[in-house]
Amino acid sequence: MSFADHLPLLVLLVPLLGGVLSVFTGGGRVPWLWACSVTLLTFLGALELLSIVTTAGTRTYALGDWPAPWGIELVVDTLSAIVITLVSGIATVVTFFARRNVEKDIPADRLNFFYSLWLLAITGLLGITATGDAFNLYVLLEISSLTIYALVAMGKETDRRALPAAINYLVMGSIGASFLLIGVGYLYMATGTLNMADLHETLTLMREAEGGFNRTVLTSFAFITVGLGLKMALFPLHTWMPNAYTYAPAAVSALLAATATKVGIYMAFRFTFTVFGSDFGFLQPPNSTVLMACACGAVLFGSYVAIRQRSLARLLAYSSVAQIGYIVLGLSVLQTDAVTGSILHIVNHALMKGGLFLVVGVVAWRLGSSDLSALGGLGRRMPLTSAAFVVGGLGLIGVPGTAGFVSKWYLLSGLLSSGHWPLAVTVLIGSVLAGIYVWRVVEIIYFRPPDPRHAEVSEGPVTMLLPVWILIGLSLWFGVHSAGPVALAGEAARTLLGQGG
Amino acid sequence: MELLGTYNYWVYVVIMMIGFYAVIARHNLVKKVIGLGIFQTGIFLLYISMGVVRGGSAPVRGPGTPPDTLFANPLPHVLILTAIVVSLSTMAVALAIIVNIQRRYGTIEADEIHRMDREEAEAPAPSPVSAGAEEVAG
Repeated sequence: MSFADHLPLLVLLVPLLGGVLSVFTGGGRVPWLWACSVTLLTFLGALELLSIVTTAGTRTYALGDWPAPWGIELVVDTLSAIVITLVSGIATVVTFFARRNVEKDIPADRLNFFYSLWLLAITGLLGITATGDAFNLYVLLEISSLTIYALVAMGKETDRRALPAAINYLVMGSIGASFLLIGVGYLYMATGTLNMADLHETLTLMREAEGGFNRTVLTSFAFITVGLGLKMALFPLHTWMPNAYTYAPAAVSALLAATATKVGIYMAFRFTFTVFGSDFGFLQPPNSTVLMACACGAVLFGSYVAIRQRSLARLLAYSSVAQIGYIVLGLSVLQTDAVTGSILHIVNHALMKGGLFLVVGVVAWRLGSSDLSALGGLGRRMPLTSAAFVVGGLGLIGVPGTAGFVSKWYLLSGLLSSGHWPLAVTVLIGSVLAGIYVWRVVEIIYFRPPDPRHAEVSEGPVTMLLPVWILIGLSLWFGVHSAGPVALAGEAARTLLGQGG
Repeated sequence: MELLGTYNYWVYVVIMMIGFYAVIARHNLVKKVIGLGIFQTGIFLLYISMGVVRGGSAPVRGPGTPPDTLFANPLPHVLILTAIVVSLSTMAVALAIIVNIQRRYGTIEADEIHRMDREEAEAPAPSPVSAGAEEVAG
């Protein structure tokens, strides 16, 4: 086997070992430098993997040389490669950004442990995307979740409310993961296999033989859907998210908002399309109606509540609830354009929301607070940071020229061509509401008189602004030069839908 | 008869629901975590029941084992070992967070913590701003 054949494993192994070794990196800037190099190495591996997958097709890797379906298999298809590149890329940028925020939020003697958890969380997220085994997915999900609970709880140094937020997240997240575990158990009872591709084949054969749905399989589908709904914060199961994002250390919120929920949605795609298959009839009415109702609820509720928030981080968290709604909406209609839009929105929203949460990081580092009342006149004191917020905000609304427009365009055309015009109207209403909450912030930072208490506040340092503008700039770039991402996402969508026939 | 034959699944559902109820209905965070533990123990039972083969023996193969011996399915048991470790780690993280909550809030009752947070948010409205101003000045 050549080096490239081992890449699917290497992108997991590097952050895993890096995370464990991070404990021994001592103090000062060493843990941060270590985390930066580990994530960068992972990202380079992921880029190479993406280019291999786009030219040579799906890569599989039998762990320990045990052939599937007996052994655990890593499967990297176009969608996995996109999400792996996205997660590792954003992790690299956010890690580079994190140093000042982390030094402020975390005691100096625990930096090595913090970055250890940080890298392990990234390992778990990458593992979920790479694995082709349903039980292995659960284990990796728990690796990422447990580390993320601890990372959220570390916000306690600046605000004690991080602790109840973390325990609430832990309880709801564990229930979600347990539901997934039950669902996988029922699948194993029904089929006797855990390999995703094998599961799909066995389920299809069973359905043809029995001429309908096995009740065990239906139960499994219900458990998995609810469990993943909890994990990806789909309305009305989102209640853990706003607090966790608001009170976590700023760097952690950025990582979470940009990657963790996206991986949750990735799991939903994986189970719906690869395991159950789009022709399996699960996503026909009335099941799909329930999913659509949740997604519409998410879009309307999330956007509306975001308008009323007093803290910038919280506003963005509720906006995430809404954006997850858009992505699930595309998934629920099973139409190529809509699914393409969903996949694009996973990437675009990760870039925009990652960038916006980094803006919150800069503001929180300078001002010590991200309350909207403290942001008056910020546009003059921190022009580059404020401009980044405006560009990211325009992307959330979906203004032409930003990446948000491209994904919403595909989503809308998919919804309209499959005759779901009420859903399309919901998307438009959501965009109008997004315009209102973004405008509220813009009005405060540009048109309110500067807060005299923050008279000495100046622009953030270059090492913080650079990551912000990398993410925001990329979201602009993908808005203008959308052909590449659209082709990739379209291919991923066709692979997913084609698998079901 | 069929209902009685699958009694271990009934037990699993009942245990799981008891745990789930505790998670939802209790305000005490430690009790919530205990509920979570019971909930997950129920799932362990599901997996263990799954591996049972009627008349099968323990899946250990020695030199004297006859070739037609019926074995229980060891795979779900191996899987659930992993899940038990995960559940243990969840418990450890949860208890560590609860210890910290007790230190910072002086209580582990979820409704009291919620009340304290709400009062803090409502009473001195400009407090986060002034805290931020201090940090900038300092």
